[in-house]
Amino acid sequence: MIKLLSAANKEVLFMGNEAIARGALEAGVNVAAAYPGTPSSEIIENLAAVAKERNLYVEWSTNEKVAVEVAAAASFAGLRSMCVMKQNGVNVASDFLLHLTASGTRGGLVLVSCEDPGALSSVNEGESRYFARMLEMPLLEPADFQEAKDLTKWAFELSEKVHNIVMLRSVTRMSHASGNVICGKLPNKIPQARFVYDGPLTDPLTGPVISTPVGVKHKLQQEKLKTAGELFEKSSFNKYIGPKKLRLLIITSSACYLYSKEAVSMLGMQGCVGILKLGCTWPLPEKLLKKYLRLTKNIMIVEEVLPFMEENVKVLAASYPKEIGVKTFYGKIDGTFPSVGELNPDVVAEALAKIMKVKYKTLPASYAQELRKVAAVIPPRDQTFCPGCPHRASFWNINAALKLDGREGFVCGDIGCYAMAALTPAIGFHTVRTLHSMGSGTGLASGFAKLDMFGFNKPVVSVCGDSTFYHAVIPALINAQHNKADIIFVVLDNAGTAMTGFQPHPGLTLSAVGETVPAVDIGKICEAIGAKVEVSDPFDLGTTTKKISAFLEEKGNLKVLILKQTCALSPEKKGKKQYEIKVNEELCLGDDCGCNRLCTRIFRCPALIWDKTKKKAVVDEVICAGCGFCAAICPQNAIVKTEVDAS
Amino acid sequence: MKNLLAKDPTNIVITGVGGQGNVMASRVLAGMLVAKGFYVTIGETFGMSQRGGSVMSHLRVSKKSAWSPQIPLGQADIIVALEPSEALRVLSRWGNPRVAVLSNNRVVYPIGVITGDYDYPDEEKIKNIFAKLTAKSWMIDATSVAMEMGNPVLSNIVMIGALAKTALLPIDRRAFEKEINKNVAADKRGANLAAFDAGVKMV
Repeated sequence: MIKLLSAANKEVLFMGNEAIARGALEAGVNVAAAYPGTPSSEIIENLAAVAKERNLYVEWSTNEKVAVEVAAAASFAGLRSMCVMKQNGVNVASDFLLHLTASGTRGGLVLVSCEDPGALSSVNEGESRYFARMLEMPLLEPADFQEAKDLTKWAFELSEKVHNIVMLRSVTRMSHASGNVICGKLPNKIPQARFVYDGPLTDPLTGPVISTPVGVKHKLQQEKLKTAGELFEKSSFNKYIGPKKLRLLIITSSACYLYSKEAVSMLGMQGCVGILKLGCTWPLPEKLLKKYLRLTKNIMIVEEVLPFMEENVKVLAASYPKEIGVKTFYGKIDGTFPSVGELNPDVVAEALAKIMKVKYKTLPASYAQELRKVAAVIPPRDQTFCPGCPHRASFWNINAALKLDGREGFVCGDIGCYAMAALTPAIGFHTVRTLHSMGSGTGLASGFAKLDMFGFNKPVVSVCGDSTFYHAVIPALINAQHNKADIIFVVLDNAGTAMTGFQPHPGLTLSAVGETVPAVDIGKICEAIGAKVEVSDPFDLGTTTKKISAFLEEKGNLKVLILKQTCALSPEKKGKKQYEIKVNEELCLGDDCGCNRLCTRIFRCPALIWDKTKKKAVVDEVICAGCGFCAAICPQNAIVKTEVDAS
Repeated sequence: MKNLLAKDPTNIVITGVGGQGNVMASRVLAGMLVAKGFYVTIGETFGMSQRGGSVMSHLRVSKKSAWSPQIPLGQADIIVALEPSEALRVLSRWGNPRVAVLSNNRVVYPIGVITGDYDYPDEEKIKNIFAKLTAKSWMIDATSVAMEMGNPVLSNIVMIGALAKTALLPIDRRAFEKEINKNVAADKRGANLAAFDAGVKMV
């Protein structure tokens, strides 16, 4: 029995993302499309696993904009559909969204944005809630696991009531947290897709689906938003928990509700602090807010990351001073809460204690002092490339070629595990000097290469992963070719969207639901653009470095090197060693070798460690993935690889 | 076995290094507790799990309701560590005088130690810290036992077996068997049960 298809009324432990997927199933979703991104990827993975049983079309789209477009087509044809992405995916999709919110939708269409306050697995902590306000679409935020399911289901109903896309916003601590959920019914109807477009231009339900005439459609869009606001007034997803007479009102949403509830309980303030938890956060349910704002002078707003709700509540409060009185607000803007990063129960409790002028009991001082002493002896555990990761080898090759070249060449990075080459602890050599959004490394490289007329003459390399290539690199690459940008573009092709859990992408013959599909070849695309293309194996140190060196000597045009080696965590490689690796203690000269511990100090594979007693390198067989690359870097040839008998 | 908690909510931190099966251990434990009628909230940080970082799951077990997916500082009741320095890392933030710690003794060296920039505390020192700052502690060699069984990653289940034996939580072999019958492929159930049993013997 698949857990996601548990029977109605059954209580199960769902991850937030599973709860969202289940909610979509209970709503009778027909089409789901997404680009993978932590913390959102499990939603589509879960739906893909039941696609056959539930008669769903599920796809991994090339990027988030395409995902929304695919989902919108289903909506225009009267079906229920959803698109899923991480926070910055909404930026990618935003141009289409601007026009979609104006044209309106038909079948229920839900955009799920899973955000990452604190950047636990992102290179940004971007906010997509502002898009709801800017693009004038309704916004919902679940605050626990049951709500993650129920609110998703309701989002589809809301979308059909207002005939517009509805945004559901989750965060890492909701999407990747788990809790009890009581399942509802799964529907059994199979709808027919029907796209009607013969009606008048001004009728979004029967005419062509377009954002013009702008005056008419924009007006209509705002009326839809107003209707959503009226529905929010009665929604049970907004609730007040607390006393009738209170000294302070907390207004909160999402995971911050759980933090607020815990903070109030930590301080024992249930008798004097109330919590207004909002599941519907844009537009704000005005009447509801006015009712609770009246209760007290002190308002604390608990949210992540930017003061979105705080701004909106303040604007509302400023509009009704006579009805609700003058308020003192505590939130992000006055510095009650840190302006960056994620919150937790401790941060909320500390803020609340300060405002209420109480001290809450923590640990005995002497014990806390001992804990601080413990903290001082723990070595930090920085992120690094996995044992057997092809990226460590790729950057070793790139770095070697750039050093041999001697002109201080550098790498423009991109989004994927390989972004870690921008971090000092990950590898012992710096290569990546810029890191921004998907595809931007190659755009930046294209720009750097044109600065020669201003005296800039360093070689420029850009890198990107295979999935990133399809997502956003192609326009930058065409730009480089067409504008004669002299760059070396390296594709770190590890045969999957590895960082987010190895989802398939257009370069593979596998679809989201396991069907065989045509693969789109990266090399052929690059050749069609007109670039010179080479392919190499990053684990082949000699050949790969030579190819990069040859490219560095070739001036004036775009050169592409595709480094192919499957991710060490891919299902085909995981747990299987190609080589047994040992350090020959007689050959390893240890501290006496002139290499200055190249293998451990610079190479930095978690499996290649330094034995302090023997003063020699040693392989940790539990951690070693058996890729064999380290054998090539030892100047003494002391690292010995023996092919493992596959039979 | 009575379905009682010594404290409500009981706060458990399961910690380790990416690739050690931390998430699997927390899901199995949570599944066993949900089956016994508890509310379990798990907060996880596994976005970095692929890249050698620290991985941590916070479990809140309650008869009454869901709790915050992040345990307040100084409020862990049980720490289960698949790697000893990670036990210390969690103890230093969530520890308190009544905490119980169950730790694997198998070291996974952080990159900073491999490069020679940092020292790794020796096992005696870690044991002394446990003795001084916890109410109860166990240090076991789960990885060696798992390796003898043919797969080091089973050390996570060895730890769950050991945790069951500590009687800190209302979980037992029957509950474990029921849980893996639901969520583990049939051909892997035997190895998991053997790992659980091996863990029981180590405490």
